[in-house]
Amino acid sequence: MNPSTATTSPQAHESIYAGGLKSWLTTVDHKRIGVLYGVTALIYFVVGGVEALIIRVQLASADGTVVGADTFNQLFTMHGTTMVFLVLMPLSAALFNYLIPLMIGARDVAFPRLNAFSFWTFFFGSILLNLSFFIGDPPDAGWFGYANLTSKQYNPGMGIDFWLLSLQVMGVASIASAINFTVTILNMRAPGMSLMRMPLFVWMALVVQVLMLLAFPPITVAFIFLLFDRFFGTHFYIPDAGGTPILWQHLFWIFGHPEVYILILPSFGVVSEVLPTFARKPLFGAPFVIFSGILIGFLGFGVWSHHMFTTGLGAVADTAFSLATMLIAIPTAVKIFNWIATLWGGHIRFQTPLYFAVGMVSLFIIGGLSGVMHASPPVDIQQHDSYFVVAHLHYVFFGGTVFGLFGGIYYWWPKITGRMLGEGLGKLHFWLMLIGMNLTFFPMHFLGMDGMPRRIYTYAADLGWDQWNLIATIGAFVIAVSVLVFYVNALKSLRSGAEASGDPWDAATLEWTMSSPPPEYNFAEVPRVNSARPYWLHKYGPTRDISTRTRADGTPAQPEHPTERVDLPSPSGWPILAALALTGVAGGALVGLPAVLLAGAVLVFAVYRWAFQPLERVGHPTFGPDS
Amino acid sequence: MRRRPENQRHPLDPGRGRGVPFDSRLRRLTSTRRIGTLALFPRAIHVVVWIRLLRPLETVSRERPTLVKSLPGTLLLLATGCSVAEPSAYSTLQPVSDYGRLVLDVYGDLFWWTAGIFVVVELLLLYALVRYRGRDGDSGVPDQVHGFTALEIGWTLIPAAILFFIAIPTVRTIFQLHGPPPDPDPLEITVVGHQWWWEFQYPELGIVTANELHVPVGRTTHLTLTSADVIHSFWVPRLGGKRDLNPGSENRMWFTPTETGVFYGQCAELCGTSHANMRMQVFVDDTAAFEEWVASMRQPAVPDSAGTMTFLISGCAACHAIDGSPAQGKVGPNLTNMGRRTTLASALIENTPENMAGWLRNPDSVKPGAMMPDLNLDDQRIDDLVRFLEGLR
Repeated sequence: MNPSTATTSPQAHESIYAGGLKSWLTTVDHKRIGVLYGVTALIYFVVGGVEALIIRVQLASADGTVVGADTFNQLFTMHGTTMVFLVLMPLSAALFNYLIPLMIGARDVAFPRLNAFSFWTFFFGSILLNLSFFIGDPPDAGWFGYANLTSKQYNPGMGIDFWLLSLQVMGVASIASAINFTVTILNMRAPGMSLMRMPLFVWMALVVQVLMLLAFPPITVAFIFLLFDRFFGTHFYIPDAGGTPILWQHLFWIFGHPEVYILILPSFGVVSEVLPTFARKPLFGAPFVIFSGILIGFLGFGVWSHHMFTTGLGAVADTAFSLATMLIAIPTAVKIFNWIATLWGGHIRFQTPLYFAVGMVSLFIIGGLSGVMHASPPVDIQQHDSYFVVAHLHYVFFGGTVFGLFGGIYYWWPKITGRMLGEGLGKLHFWLMLIGMNLTFFPMHFLGMDGMPRRIYTYAADLGWDQWNLIATIGAFVIAVSVLVFYVNALKSLRSGAEASGDPWDAATLEWTMSSPPPEYNFAEVPRVNSARPYWLHKYGPTRDISTRTRADGTPAQPEHPTERVDLPSPSGWPILAALALTGVAGGALVGLPAVLLAGAVLVFAVYRWAFQPLERVGHPTFGPDS
Repeated sequence: MRRRPENQRHPLDPGRGRGVPFDSRLRRLTSTRRIGTLALFPRAIHVVVWIRLLRPLETVSRERPTLVKSLPGTLLLLATGCSVAEPSAYSTLQPVSDYGRLVLDVYGDLFWWTAGIFVVVELLLLYALVRYRGRDGDSGVPDQVHGFTALEIGWTLIPAAILFFIAIPTVRTIFQLHGPPPDPDPLEITVVGHQWWWEFQYPELGIVTANELHVPVGRTTHLTLTSADVIHSFWVPRLGGKRDLNPGSENRMWFTPTETGVFYGQCAELCGTSHANMRMQVFVDDTAAFEEWVASMRQPAVPDSAGTMTFLISGCAACHAIDGSPAQGKVGPNLTNMGRRTTLASALIENTPENMAGWLRNPDSVKPGAMMPDLNLDDQRIDDLVRFLEGLR
């Protein structure tokens, strides 16, 4: 990354990832940070997957003896926590980071160093969580950590402390990145890109940022209460002393249900980009899809107690939360019908991203419909905490989020790496994952109807649960093979994949107007946007466009070189130091007060230096004629 | 005994049933769809012919020994691989109480709606994919259709209408299930959750027992649920849904068993190490058998003094009580009439002398994390204790 190199030759483009370890540790480039998020998430995907496989092996037959009761509880706790916070959220963050500036015509995010801080805080927080394995005491109270099982009395070990402190740290990362991307999307759009001309993926990202901004404070409060209970002997959740464990359930699910939409809406956004591209049509009813997404996010804050129908909140509360939950089915259905209508009348090209997008739609329908079933409290009190819910949530998170995000990975991989993924291996990955997914999770509906509770490490032989459990375990290994196929495909592509052009899918949005991978400065020339599908209109001629209601001109491909001087922010080491120190403050709580104070002092120092360091210093990257 | 004033009518009360024996009133209200005082919605909405045809076969006579009382139930049971002749121990689709029946009615409604929507939407998706697949070498651009407002309104209204039909039985059933028990004179039982066993108290009868609940058929059982430590959840799938046992507060739940038999349940809320081992059995007895059990519990086997002494000096009495003996520990399960129980260690293992000896020798190997300590009893002591406890019958 030599700042004085002001060329945009293809070699220079590939070199946006060149540079030593230091360049990655101090980077403030949204593209590199996106790659860091993605690589980290894909590594944790293996960790969480292995945890799931051990769980499935243990349950493959009755009276399993592979792991003991405590280990099993630790495994499903870490599996849930890992998949939610270390895989699905950062994988979405990877796509947000890489793509949002490219899709809105910006050269970076609003706060590049805060962006680096977010990533490193997440990264160190995730390490803190997994350190609990090495002290031999991982958390074991479930990813939902219901009080008062997490109290010092019933959980004296350090596992819960690791869990709550690391999630608290990662919450800081999420809030910081939510602020960053909200500001970026609202303020950094290219001239002419009104909100209604914004790509659907960016729209869903915006809704997700607002959800994160509003959902993380309640869980932060919940964690602080728990922290005080465990470290300072307060009684927020201790019933013997007048506290109430139910308070945790409310605070957790006020976060937890919006969190579901934080996990699924990015995938909705991906599908809303992929389907139009491969059907070669605009997204059907785009404004309705946008407002449905907003409505889902809004309603998501009013339904938390549908996780608590067995808690005993009474008939009126159950009714209110049940009806509110059912309402969410309406915007969700609107989205699904619009996706089908997008395919309707198209010339559908069957390439891997489309497979995953369609897979996402068809699997999410199942998860959505089983969700409608337990929106009804009378049904839910039979399904709650049974394997039926395990099936439901995996159809939403695996069928919905993972398939959707893989669709996004296959779709944007050429843009990010400059190389194509193999189509054959991609389709093999898809079919194996589809089969494995249904083999694993569909039988869980039957297990739930047959009364098998969740989170049990063993079950008796004479209940008829063995056969479906065995099939689910086989399915889990099919999924594992499919993921392996993906990693092989990815490595092959990086080593010897076909080179990708700037616009390999003949797509409509701004990120395809530049080379693959994009130059460090993204846009040689700030694009002017007259339409929701700027590049498509440029290629296929002006047509009537929904966002202008008139004939609109498109936006041409980017010129080879910047026409005017482009200044980019300098790398900085302070964000990573601040992130490390922040994690040190949290981790230090497990060691002692001196450690907390020391880390706190480093944190103050790092933030101070960061605050007074100019964004662009001598030798900062510049491009273009006057550089 | 709590009686409701005459003017305060239960939502499930058929109204005309004051003089009718409770059992037949129960049969009526569980066998046909009652619209109680909460019928806010016109009944006409319910008469949707096709769903009527597919609805659970609720007019089937109670006397007919059908295990499967609903069509969705039948399909799902076939899918779950259960033999119809042999009911699954934990099935949520084969209720044996009025409460479970109310739940299954809504379950059946929702199953059909969701199954129907699933088929229609997936077929539409599949059709679009096949019909509009691009041909090789076709580089043409299809019509750039941006949307169609009438369609949008249509597929907003259709789900809304369907939800209306789902919401009606849902709301009615919520209020029925949360309402007071249909029988004005229910059997009151307090359930206390412990890590990892169940305590059952019959306050009106002066009985305390553990892990094996006895209730009479045809009479409503009214549970008061609470916990001694962390949150647990009471779930006997064939009797109906689950309800949490929260420390520091009380929940309520009722059910009227309609069949005799032994039904299984287990804790449904993660409660620590041996959550999976917190199981229970519910014995639904006919009236005579229940009376006999109550009598036996109120006049328990008299513990012989030698055995009692062994029990006391071994330290068991620090936690366990045996009615009619000086052992009055309250921390662990009450062991009155222990010899009559069919299982040990919260329904984990059969109650045999060998199993009991194994349990006393090393509780942790039977139930990981068990609160019962290993007292390092020698074999002679264990033999004496097993003989003593098995003799309590």
